[in-house]
Amino acid sequence: MAEPVAEESPHIVIENLRFRRGRKVIFEDLSMRIPRGQVTTVMGPSGSGKTTLLRLIGGQLRPDGGRIWVDGQEVARLSTRRLYALRKRMGMLFQSGALLTDLSVFENVAFPLREHTDLPEDVLRTLVLLKLEAVGLRSARDLDPASLSGGMARRVALARAIALDPDLIMYDEPFTGLDPITMGQIVTLIRRTNQSLGLTSVLVSHDVTEAMTISDHVVLIADGRAVDAGAPDDLRARASDWSAQFLEGRPDGPVPFHYPGDSYREDLLGVRERRDD
Amino acid sequence: MIDAIASLGRSSLNALVVFGRAFLFLLQVLASLDIVIRRFGLTVVQIYSVGVRSLLIIIVSGLFVGMVLGYQGYITLVNFGAAEALGGVVALSLVRELGPVVTALLFAGRAGSALTAELGLMKTTEQLSAMEMMAVNPYRRIFAPRFVAGFVSMPLLAAIFSAVGVIGGYIVGVGMLGVDSGAYFSQMQSVTDWNEDVLSGVIKSIVFGFVVTWIAVFQGFNAMPTSEGISRATTQTVVVSSLAVLGLDFILTGLMFGTG
Repeated sequence: MAEPVAEESPHIVIENLRFRRGRKVIFEDLSMRIPRGQVTTVMGPSGSGKTTLLRLIGGQLRPDGGRIWVDGQEVARLSTRRLYALRKRMGMLFQSGALLTDLSVFENVAFPLREHTDLPEDVLRTLVLLKLEAVGLRSARDLDPASLSGGMARRVALARAIALDPDLIMYDEPFTGLDPITMGQIVTLIRRTNQSLGLTSVLVSHDVTEAMTISDHVVLIADGRAVDAGAPDDLRARASDWSAQFLEGRPDGPVPFHYPGDSYREDLLGVRERRDD
Repeated sequence: MIDAIASLGRSSLNALVVFGRAFLFLLQVLASLDIVIRRFGLTVVQIYSVGVRSLLIIIVSGLFVGMVLGYQGYITLVNFGAAEALGGVVALSLVRELGPVVTALLFAGRAGSALTAELGLMKTTEQLSAMEMMAVNPYRRIFAPRFVAGFVSMPLLAAIFSAVGVIGGYIVGVGMLGVDSGAYFSQMQSVTDWNEDVLSGVIKSIVFGFVVTWIAVFQGFNAMPTSEGISRATTQTVVVSSLAVLGLDFILTGLMFGTG
């Protein structure tokens, strides 16, 4: 069952995705479309499985049900060879950067090129310097990943992710734990990379402000489903109770402040229901 | 009572699951071995870090073990007026048992734990995941070269251990206790058999190298991605591979030297 690929067809289609980890259900019935050539942010509370979603798209995890198509190919059904071929056209930016700690900044960016191409050394050097220049770290090429700040590591990882000129790039929580200046740099970079390389960008984030400014399309997920989707302005205009709580950051509402459990009064009085195992 | 049986059952099942995972992991690594020929450089780097950097501890330990053997052997032998047989005693003990076994134990402590910690950290910091997402298979790029490096290095280290041990025995026996130098080596030559002694030692050290590296690489791959997980995996590597080496040594000795 191949999804037809037309020029304007979505880059990623997810239908009725189910995924559980142990007994915990992460996705119950998740469906979404990620448009080609745009910046799409998947937002949701912590623990809503955003990172898991990226791993499912990248084929590192297998869904328990439902389907994911990337570029018209159903990820879970690909052979290892085809999956690896698909991944060459995907870049992924991990939250930590996930740089290879035994290689310098230059070698980290060169890594995918060395693994997948037979480029002569001088061409490779030019390519790597181009990518590093794009993220503003050309002069940091001899540094050790351990000596980079979080923001710099993420920029190096971005340079590495675009080394093979992918047509899809996924960002896992790109704004977490950054100071305002670095945040600004990353926001600009994501936007600029998307425009200049004409690729599809998928972000998962819970930083509402940044995500809303940067995105063309936003999908909100909660309780294993997509609860809302649309352009940022539309979403603000017609937000449901839940979306409004999330987008405005109210502490209580449809999502309760308290972790569900026995009543506070009973707990304090020591009346505890015996649980059947 | 029921609880005790249930928990026993659960832990045996868990152990079986881990064993199964380890076996599947080994198969995946073995299926990726062509990379070792295609990109030999990767393995050479690992042989350096696993083998060459273990040299110092192996040489120093070998020397001391040989010296102790020289002393103990002399003390016993001199009672029977057979101090000249010292060379044979030292060489046989080293080549048959102490060389492969002590080297494997040291190798587990030095190289095995380092392998586990390195791979566990790579897993924790998502480096292995990142590699997969860059369409680079970590079994080929990371695990296979380390695996081969481990079991190539082990027999060589064991040989070096035995050779240095013989010198240690010589220093004590001939240098300090006055055993005749010519007798030390001629005894050694006449007592030690190539197939029976040397080759069986080499086979042992290959088996130990295989097992220790398998355990170390698997523990790193299987580590919980937390700092506690890495420390547990590292400890497990040393404990499990030491026990495996000693247990296997008994079995291999039985197979090689058993009568009947």
